Amino acid sequence: MRVVPFIVSGLVTAGLVTVLNMQLPAGPSKTPRLGYFLSPQSGFWQNAEPVNTSFNGELKLPGLKGKADVYIDDRLVPHVYADNDLDAYYIQGYLHAKFRLWQMEFQTHVAAGRLSEIVGADKLPIDRMFRRLGMVYGAEQTMANMEKNPEMKATVQAYSDGVNAYINALKPEEIPFEYKLLDYKPEAWTPLKTYLFLMYMSYDLTGRGAVTDLSMTNAKNYFGFADFDKLYPNVEDSLDPIIPIGTRYGKPSIVPKAPKNVDSGYLNSTATATTAMLPEAPDKDNGSNNWAVSGTKTKSGRPILCNDPHLGLNLPSLWYEMQINTPSHNTYGASFPGSPAVIIGFNDSIAWGVTNAGRDVIDYYNIQFRDSTLSEYMFKGVWTKADHRQEIIKIKGKPDLVENIAVTVFGPVMYDRAYKNASTEGKYLAIHWTAHIAGKGLETFYQLNRAKNYNDYLNAIANWSCPGQNFAFASKSGDIAIKQQGAFIARWKRQGDFIMPGADSSYMWQGVIPENENPMIKNPVRGFVSSANQMSTDSTYPYYLGAANSFPLYRGIIINRKLSAMNNITAEDMQHMQMENYNVFAEMARPLMLRYLDESALTTDEKKYVDILKSWNLRGDYTEKGATVFKCMWDSLEVGTWGDEMQKSKLPFPKPDASTLLESLLRDSAWKFVDNINTPDKKETLRDIMLLACQKACKNLKYLETENKLEWGKLKDTQVRHLLQIPALSRLHLPIGGGENMINATKDVHGPSWRMIVHLTDEIEAYGVYPGGQSGNPGSKYYDTFIDSWAAGKYYRILFLQKGTAEKNERIKWHMSFTNS
Amino acid sequence: MKIIAAIILTGFLAYVVGVYGTLPWWSFVITSLIVAVAIHQRPGKAFLTGFAGVFLLWAGMALIKDAANEHILATKVAQVLPLGGSYLVLILLTGIIGGLVSGLAALTGTYLRK
Repeated sequence: MRVVPFIVSGLVTAGLVTVLNMQLPAGPSKTPRLGYFLSPQSGFWQNAEPVNTSFNGELKLPGLKGKADVYIDDRLVPHVYADNDLDAYYIQGYLHAKFRLWQMEFQTHVAAGRLSEIVGADKLPIDRMFRRLGMVYGAEQTMANMEKNPEMKATVQAYSDGVNAYINALKPEEIPFEYKLLDYKPEAWTPLKTYLFLMYMSYDLTGRGAVTDLSMTNAKNYFGFADFDKLYPNVEDSLDPIIPIGTRYGKPSIVPKAPKNVDSGYLNSTATATTAMLPEAPDKDNGSNNWAVSGTKTKSGRPILCNDPHLGLNLPSLWYEMQINTPSHNTYGASFPGSPAVIIGFNDSIAWGVTNAGRDVIDYYNIQFRDSTLSEYMFKGVWTKADHRQEIIKIKGKPDLVENIAVTVFGPVMYDRAYKNASTEGKYLAIHWTAHIAGKGLETFYQLNRAKNYNDYLNAIANWSCPGQNFAFASKSGDIAIKQQGAFIARWKRQGDFIMPGADSSYMWQGVIPENENPMIKNPVRGFVSSANQMSTDSTYPYYLGAANSFPLYRGIIINRKLSAMNNITAEDMQHMQMENYNVFAEMARPLMLRYLDESALTTDEKKYVDILKSWNLRGDYTEKGATVFKCMWDSLEVGTWGDEMQKSKLPFPKPDASTLLESLLRDSAWKFVDNINTPDKKETLRDIMLLACQKACKNLKYLETENKLEWGKLKDTQVRHLLQIPALSRLHLPIGGGENMINATKDVHGPSWRMIVHLTDEIEAYGVYPGGQSGNPGSKYYDTFIDSWAAGKYYRILFLQKGTAEKNERIKWHMSFTNS
Repeated sequence: MKIIAAIILTGFLAYVVGVYGTLPWWSFVITSLIVAVAIHQRPGKAFLTGFAGVFLLWAGMALIKDAANEHILATKVAQVLPLGGSYLVLILLTGIIGGLVSGLAALTGTYLRK
């Protein structure tokens, strides 16, 4: 034995193995363990799915009651035929896990504030935010409530068992790609994770209130309530609400009373100044379109229902298409990996679709604690004992962080001295959120999956609490309807728009609006129902809907205008309408801009761009240059009017709505905020501001032109991003138009996440497409299969098969049989 | 002939210990070392033998996986790592990483004997 060379070469070998077996720092992130990752027998090569993979299989799994067949079509959509409901949900869990395991666990880790555990300490701000928002707390409340219903408990358990049946049979080399990349392993699924996922959807669709209440408080304190009310008004002149104007509402059963000191103690009080902000907030445009047209307006004489929920565009997609057939129901649609049942879809008798209600269901209360132990707080004049909740955050490679959260009668104390920034020193803010109140969310979808008619639909959604949704409905029997449903607080005007005093019980919520007083309409004379996140009613509705800047205005106008004008509608017409890029906001704003623009003061170069704006067809198609010119000029006009006021404060404010500026200027061109307050010796007119805005925009446009980004689609640059935001796993630069204020609300990373059209003929004619693919594996050819069709506005004809016909259908490619082991 | 037998044996044993995903990816360090002890060669040749055995195994398996996958995943990973999006470079890198570790293990083994 040659000792020295042996030791040297042994050490080099061990050293190399060690280096290849650890995650090395690479910028802000870390590399995978390279040796493991590259090893063809255990690493990522195992995830390179052969393009001709067969998905056939005979599965014997523990816990199944009967026998089931799954037929998988050419788009990798499974059609599940089970003997009983629980087996169907077991198999749904199994299939979700088989195709989307990493995503469904990752999303629930996000909701539970567990990202630091798998990624590292730089995710700590997000984790702390979700813990302090009470995400786990809310999920636990809902789970406890749902488990009182044996049917729902068994459903969620069966789903969970199915997920675990897949995880338990998973060999180490078969775990999804992202686990290998980030170097961790899947853990067992639990029913709580399903509720965490649904809690995440509540956050995504209502959580903006956790930011806006703070920034609105800042703005109100800074401007004073009178000016605040001008910038963030509660009227929208051009509103076309979900429930048609002129509809009569009954007497409200709750008439909330404003506190006696509402002016001094709330609207004009600055005692609750704060700049506390969350590290991130859900997208303002988490919205959607849905509509249903009755048989009187369609060519076939049967209703058509359409829905396209606008959410963050991600890979793997939020949605997973499937059909579930059992003796109790036959349902098709988009499901959430992480949850049983179909969320948006149709069955043999009815179809339903949802959009976000956008109502304010989150408030803050300013809490006064007796001392820094946070054990007692002032409430109704007495020191009241607070509960406490410990949230332990595990951090990869570091010791745990413990969040000690006081819980008050309102809810968890989100902000305290341990979670603050400089200016929240000494402030304790408790968050009051309907998502914390035990809901029955999943039961609604469970029942909608089985609904046969209008009454079933009403019953199914009656208990839906959070996030508030507009449920559109259509049935084969010819009914159409829409109802805005959720646990909505009966508020006095402006209640909860700002931080409220926590010691004075007259600021508490005074009740939830009874569900039968929520806005709803069935079979209206105009022959259609629709919603696009606008205010649901006109001002004759007896309850306060919340600050108007939560409600986008223009998609609703164009949808209703188009539907009113259409007749003899076909499913194909509806496809074109979902892809409509007409900008009704620009239609209203362009004349105003041109009226006040002094063209004689423009250079030839600037005139060129103004001419593009003048000849623009008002459409946001991919190649339209006019859309870019309009956007730049309008943005400059906004900065020119209220930018000077906003800049004076260091506090974050919500951006006032474009509709507020447009409608204010249409009403009064000498609107208060037109003047530039930085030039005290001069009072600017709208003509001055418009000229400056145009000149400023033209500079930017010139730059965009040299960058070859004058075309709207190039400027907007739509992409569908992987959840880890890794470009190589994302689809970038997609050729699609659309955007804000258009029915096709496709922005850069946000837009229609599932487009569905259901024509309720005897044999249902349905179309669907989503920007993703059925497989969550980046190494599968089914990972992003639908994206090009989605961008091009093409739809897939949905295969909705009755039991016994599936095996013979030519589009069915594979068969999996499930039996008990 | 000895070298060819050693290469084949190195690759074969590395494959066998890799079949069970429960063993760590570097388990072939042991087998490559044992092969170098059993089939004794000069240090340079031993290194080359160890390198070639696992290089051929890893690059070959990667090549087969990649062809069946029509380069879908390898092209993405070659952007993440980053290797300019070239699946061929990624296959070579895979082989070289496995080969280097195995070659060093074999070198260590050959010093153990003499």
